[in-house]
Amino acid sequence: MIWQALTLQLGYNATLVAIGATMLGIAAGVTGSFLFLRKRALVSDAVSHATLPGIGLAFIVMVALGGEGRFLPGLMLGAAVSSGLGLLVIGWMIRRTRLTEDAAIGAVLSVFFGAGIVILTVIQSMQAGRQAGLESVLLGSTAGMLRADALVIAAGGALVLLLVMLLRRPMLAVGFDPDFAAVTGTNVARIDLAMMGLVMAVTVLGITTVGLVLIVALLIIPAVTARLWTDNALRMVGLAGLAGGLAAFVGAAVSATAPALPTGPIIVLASFVLFVLSIALAPARGGVALLLRQMRFRRRVHRRQGLLALAAGQPIHEPFTLTLLAREGMARADGVPTEAGRIAAAKALLDEARWAALRGDPAQGLTASRYDGLTPIETVLTPDQIAELDRHLPRPQAVI
Amino acid sequence: MGAEFVALSLTPLLIGVLAAVTCALPGNFLLLRRQALIGDAISHVVLPGIVVAFLLTGRVAALPMMLGAAGAALVSVVLIEAVRRTARIEAGAAMGVIFTTLFAAGVLLLEQSDTSGVHLDVEHALYGNLESLIWLDATGWASLLDPVALSGLPPELPRMAVALLIVALSIAVMWRPLAIATFDEGFAATLGLPVRAIGLALVMLAALAAVAAFDAVGSIIVIAMFICPPAAARMMTDRLLAQAAWSVGFAILSAVLGYVLAGYGPLWLGFANSVSAAGMIATVSGLILGVTMMIGPCRRRAGGATVH
Amino acid sequence: MAHPLSTPRSLLQTEGTVAATPAPPPALQVGGLTVAYGEKPVVFSVDMSVAQGTMTAIVGPNGAGKSTLLKAVLGLVKPLSGEVRLFGLPLSRARDRVAYVPQRASVDWDFPARVIDVVLMGLHRELGLLRRVRPAHLDRARACLARVGMEDFATRQIGQLSGGQQQRVFLARALAQSADLYLLDEPFAGVDAATEKAIIAVLKDLRAEGRTIVAVHHDLSTIRAYFEHMFLINMRAIAAGPVAEVFTAANLQRAYGGRLGEAQVAGMQAGDATP
Repeated sequence: MIWQALTLQLGYNATLVAIGATMLGIAAGVTGSFLFLRKRALVSDAVSHATLPGIGLAFIVMVALGGEGRFLPGLMLGAAVSSGLGLLVIGWMIRRTRLTEDAAIGAVLSVFFGAGIVILTVIQSMQAGRQAGLESVLLGSTAGMLRADALVIAAGGALVLLLVMLLRRPMLAVGFDPDFAAVTGTNVARIDLAMMGLVMAVTVLGITTVGLVLIVALLIIPAVTARLWTDNALRMVGLAGLAGGLAAFVGAAVSATAPALPTGPIIVLASFVLFVLSIALAPARGGVALLLRQMRFRRRVHRRQGLLALAAGQPIHEPFTLTLLAREGMARADGVPTEAGRIAAAKALLDEARWAALRGDPAQGLTASRYDGLTPIETVLTPDQIAELDRHLPRPQAVI
Repeated sequence: MGAEFVALSLTPLLIGVLAAVTCALPGNFLLLRRQALIGDAISHVVLPGIVVAFLLTGRVAALPMMLGAAGAALVSVVLIEAVRRTARIEAGAAMGVIFTTLFAAGVLLLEQSDTSGVHLDVEHALYGNLESLIWLDATGWASLLDPVALSGLPPELPRMAVALLIVALSIAVMWRPLAIATFDEGFAATLGLPVRAIGLALVMLAALAAVAAFDAVGSIIVIAMFICPPAAARMMTDRLLAQAAWSVGFAILSAVLGYVLAGYGPLWLGFANSVSAAGMIATVSGLILGVTMMIGPCRRRAGGATVH
Repeated sequence: MAHPLSTPRSLLQTEGTVAATPAPPPALQVGGLTVAYGEKPVVFSVDMSVAQGTMTAIVGPNGAGKSTLLKAVLGLVKPLSGEVRLFGLPLSRARDRVAYVPQRASVDWDFPARVIDVVLMGLHRELGLLRRVRPAHLDRARACLARVGMEDFATRQIGQLSGGQQQRVFLARALAQSADLYLLDEPFAGVDAATEKAIIAVLKDLRAEGRTIVAVHHDLSTIRAYFEHMFLINMRAIAAGPVAEVFTAANLQRAYGGRLGEAQVAGMQAGDATP
């Protein structure tokens, strides 16, 4: 069953829903990357929660006008208006009061949501509201999704993607360095506005599928996942789209197999699985790779410090340094250097002296800035340059 | 009026007030530490904690659920920190990853397990059901002195009262270290104060408040109570103790006004049904914040003096 | 000329002789300290020793690890390796003898507190969790404020202070700790001339009382006037000792490399020699 779902064999409707969700996932991952780069990931949480009163009011208005309350484009419009208002309020709070962004986000998120709940209870008491099932906007559901709705979501996702493609350069510039972007003529406020507009669009599109409580996950988790794999911003955006699309597709397909499974949570968990796999596996910034690199780095630091201490004839107090040197045959367990240790120590000391000379030379500022206490000077200078340097050394090296 | 009020309105009103105050107290420090959204994260992970506790014990009992939710809060804080460090990303994004995932897991567990016999569902988790916490045994004000009637009090009331007591006492005891560590963490550490433990203790208090209030008002409204009364209080004063006092006042005002408006507002407007009390309490707290942001004497940052 | 490493190393090696003689242990002693952020060492294998009752400037270019060294001494950042001793004791047993004045910009001054509240934080070890603030405590806090010329600002909201006034409040808070070792991170950064004068006067008073001062300092033109010892650092310890001996063009060149023109150094020394 799940296999059939994943290979789109559950019929036309389920396929359409899966395609719509995938488009949404790609759009959310891509848009969320820019939000993440701008360090405003959680603003999207306020945006999504702030849609609720708008959805409720749109329903009431449409019913009052004699229409179908669940007409999706109408609900989306209401959602967009109220989340836009929420964004304006957040901006006003940060500019005009002493409150910081986190407080403004939390206040708008919870108060708008509270007002939305009030409006939902009003709807439940309405004649048309009894079967409205508007609660499904909280956690999303693809069960019983109309064909037209799936098409709206897919088309909307494609439109968001197109806009992101058009705006990618200024959005990257602003995310990377807003001050520099402003100086070079980018209208930062307008780009920020456009970015939040795209976030709003993704949120509004995602309400029926993922639900407003969890849509923020689709904006954040794929972006964070992609960040683990690359330092290149554009590549990250692409990977985030891939991760978001994959998670949304899996989520929609799996939930199509069992109507009791809410779509939103499954999509979120699918993208979290991708995140955990990336933490474990990503070679560039993954947690495991990071841990190994840090352990290796610590060993290098201790080895170098131990050798310098040996060269200076000082006792080594740190047990870790001693163990390390003993294991590599540089010193005996009691800290007395072996022959190999003596040679390595002399080399380290010479290296250190050369670096000190290099760093004192005003003409060598750039090369000297590569000093980190660990890099052998042979890796940054040619033998000729080293020979030249040695002529200025304070004293010929006769340490041992 | 009296009898009906005591039976139907007194206990939800009291629970609402206690919940609001319990959340507002730690909220003051979350606000000043720029951790307002930790409240957001905690209130979301209360759900998986409660569901796991329910699945393990098979019943809806207060203590296991409290422990489950506190455990979930602890796990989420640890995970947020771990994600922040291993993925080297800002705290906000790390929070976004963790609390949405845990909440999603909670929803899925809840949907997959058989909770038909118990009072546990997602909508309830999100916005609570304050109105249902009525005192059926009460026949009037005299019932307050009647042991038989008192034993029929909704258990949420004493539970919320105990939670408030614990939170208030803990904050009173920790006041000084909390204030120092909030203002200047580096200096606090050089005094030998366990700054990490203090930060964690605050989070655990917030978690306790969130769990206890969860029953009554649900997880999203809890966030409003964490943030809005302290934020409004910050607009009124430049002293920490006064801020805490104002926040308690605003919390009580939000709860009372919100409950009354939800219960009687629609009737005054000619509607037959009342609206969600928890939602209305959050709305009122937002309105109070709005007013203080317009006219509060301390609403602005102390003028550019900080920059030289 | 001695190898750059030999100066600090030899300081550390006096440890053996210190134990034998009744001389007091150094106020601050650092051995083989390495601190890294991520995989970039900021302080590498640094040794340092500060005798009691002296006044030392930690000097070096931007990003040379000055503040990090101070923070590692105070246990605020975790070193990769190395040892720190204060008055011959590990930090945990010497905390009440040390006062720290962080960089002014490290805190959010938009915090709901008055000046006196901040100074009272310096008395936390006496006040503890629940002891009441008594008039005697308030008197002491006010006396500390008076010492930095801020007695009239006791009830002022801290956000309303100027940069210099904030720095004075931080110093008053440290004074309230009545410590033996004062560690200051850039105490003169971004303060007005009057504040700078007031702060150095207080520091010299403390020094005269036999207390030890260690300050991260970035203004080369005032080192001779303000400090008697200096510690030159740029990730590695470059040189340490009396200002008169260490403050040479050659040493500065080694610490600052290309970042300090030779003419600049020469001009500074010439300008400094006159007063």
